[in-house]
Amino acid sequence: MDINPIVIFFASIFTSNIVLTNFLGMCSYLAISKDLKSSWGLGQAVIFVMTITTILNYLVYKYILIPAGLEYLRYIVFIIVVAAFVQLLEMILERFIPGLYYTLGIFLPLITVNCAILGVALFMVIREYTFLQSLAYGAGGCIGWALAIVALAGIREKVDETKIPKGLQGPGFALIVTGIMAMAFVGLSGIANIQ
Amino acid sequence: MRSEIKTITEKDLWTENPVIRQILGICSALAVTNLMANTFIMGMGVTFVTAFSSMTVSFLRHVIPRRIRMMVQTLIIASYVIIVDIILKAFLPEISANLGPYVGLIITNCIIMGRCEAYGQSNPPLLAFWDGMMSGLGYTLVLMFISFIRELMGFGTLFGIPILGDWWNRWTIMVMPASAFFVLAIIIWIVQARQSKRSV
Repeated sequence: MDINPIVIFFASIFTSNIVLTNFLGMCSYLAISKDLKSSWGLGQAVIFVMTITTILNYLVYKYILIPAGLEYLRYIVFIIVVAAFVQLLEMILERFIPGLYYTLGIFLPLITVNCAILGVALFMVIREYTFLQSLAYGAGGCIGWALAIVALAGIREKVDETKIPKGLQGPGFALIVTGIMAMAFVGLSGIANIQ
Repeated sequence: MRSEIKTITEKDLWTENPVIRQILGICSALAVTNLMANTFIMGMGVTFVTAFSSMTVSFLRHVIPRRIRMMVQTLIIASYVIIVDIILKAFLPEISANLGPYVGLIITNCIIMGRCEAYGQSNPPLLAFWDGMMSGLGYTLVLMFISFIRELMGFGTLFGIPILGDWWNRWTIMVMPASAFFVLAIIIWIVQARQSKRSV
């Protein structure tokens, strides 16, 4: 697998968007996308945490788990790395950058259980990415996630005043909009493809 | 005890079905529903993990300190997921490769954590086991229905066996990720519309 990291970066934002093609992080994606402001807040938090944890997980996997022959423990180890990082980040932010803590603070605990973070780490292992490729995939993946949730929140805010059938309100409608977005993103598949 | 079992079964399979009523565990619900065989194995995996981790949490409910219970639950779930992953790799390598990271992602499936938190930690082990199993089956049922539609229309097959002949024009969209969103949305729509009609 020697794909240029730049290609991976763009592909994971547009053509292999982790929400629209791999369905990762759907729970918070559907729950938080009701208004634009909090989706952007969550998007930022995800960008920050995912980029760093992907790198941490790569290093842990490559330099601790593989030499020790403990690859099968990766699920537990990845989860612990993410949880520990989020906890640490919360404490650091509270102590040194309280302003940022108040904007991102409420979203941080949500991120530990966001399956996009774990999913990206697992995809990185399965596709056998190198360091730079992992960095590109982690960074691109979370930007793609933030892009999708902000776009969905924008659409949902606009459609809020129109009349939708009663049964379709809420998650049903969000899913249909996401489906249409997924089709639109397929149109970009000429740019780059990593699957 | 018997009436309790009956209520749990009814609740988890239909009135409080995790996927269509509570909108939990959507990630894997959408990702593995392109072929029925994959869906079935995934459903069984989730059922196994939910049942056993709920039971384990229930066994340990007086021992786990409340403050760190989330972390303990995650570790219990992760251990069972590792078991599922190793079994699949050993006996069903092809399906294991198809499911890819989604087996590992059972850990972050909100259904399992939800059941441990809402039922396992305050009820006796056997009931917790039953509750976990029924929730898992409720999840499997909805997924099987989605993959039935997607595989039949997208490939003209069921479990890989050709059902619709050559005259069937395969719907390419049913193979693409977008259709998973549409099919699930329509199912939720129908169920919610029926429910709101009944409650009026």
